[in-house]
Amino acid sequence: MIPLSWYLILSAALVCIGVFGVISRRNAIAMLLGVELILNAVNINLLAFWRYKDVSSVTGQVFTIMVITAAAAEVAVGLAIFIAVYRNRRSIVAEDVAELKG
Amino acid sequence: MILDQVIFLVTAVVVLAAAVLVVSVPKMIHAALWLILALAGVAVLFVLLQAGFFAVVQVIVYIGAIAVLVIFAVMLTRKAMVDDGPQLNRYSVMAGAVSLMMFAALSGMLLSWDGANALPANPAVHPDTIVNLGESLTNPQGFLLPFEVASILLLAALVGAIFIGREQRAGREEE
Repeated sequence: MIPLSWYLILSAALVCIGVFGVISRRNAIAMLLGVELILNAVNINLLAFWRYKDVSSVTGQVFTIMVITAAAAEVAVGLAIFIAVYRNRRSIVAEDVAELKG
Repeated sequence: MILDQVIFLVTAVVVLAAAVLVVSVPKMIHAALWLILALAGVAVLFVLLQAGFFAVVQVIVYIGAIAVLVIFAVMLTRKAMVDDGPQLNRYSVMAGAVSLMMFAALSGMLLSWDGANALPANPAVHPDTIVNLGESLTNPQGFLLPFEVASILLLAALVGAIFIGREQRAGREEE
């Protein structure tokens, strides 16, 4: 059997790779890919805890469904915003869009 | 080593390597394709966790829908960013240090926790798990309200995405 810690370490590594991608990529779509990695790590964690600690209840699975729903909504809105930005100023670099910066 | 441990280790190596390539390859279309490999590896992990429903959902929603959306967006914005220019901003060294420290802290914390070496309490998942999940999502005493809120969230995101993404011909005249 696989110990719980293997899943937890794997998802910790996945979160850290995703955080690196979100902070350091210049392309805005690549930042969204980093967010996808983070949300997948969250799903691994939720399902691992459901399987190892609370297999008789459905709470962990319901949480996973909510995370997948939020991820789908986030990607749809995020990509629509980036395409609108690209249409207006022909750029997809995140730091070029700084109107809201104080 | 038992078979499932071998499968887990191979899948973990594939997922982590694909994830590193997602955040590091210069060509965006390659990053999107590596993301598909990482998502498929996560689906294999869901199978190992005996959550077959979520493996199917992972393939349909992430690989089938989200990855296709991302590839469309990459292709629509292709000329905006030259693929052989710098892909990482000036914070990239700091970001690498921060994420390495975060991983060290998280794994140190996990390894010092007693419950981390736990094995599954019941060797087999109850076969009615998926039935219970579906019933709890439609049960007012269960998760009916979060389920409906999630569907409203999806609808709002859909309408918002269409509104933001469409061409604004009427607005062009005032420019």
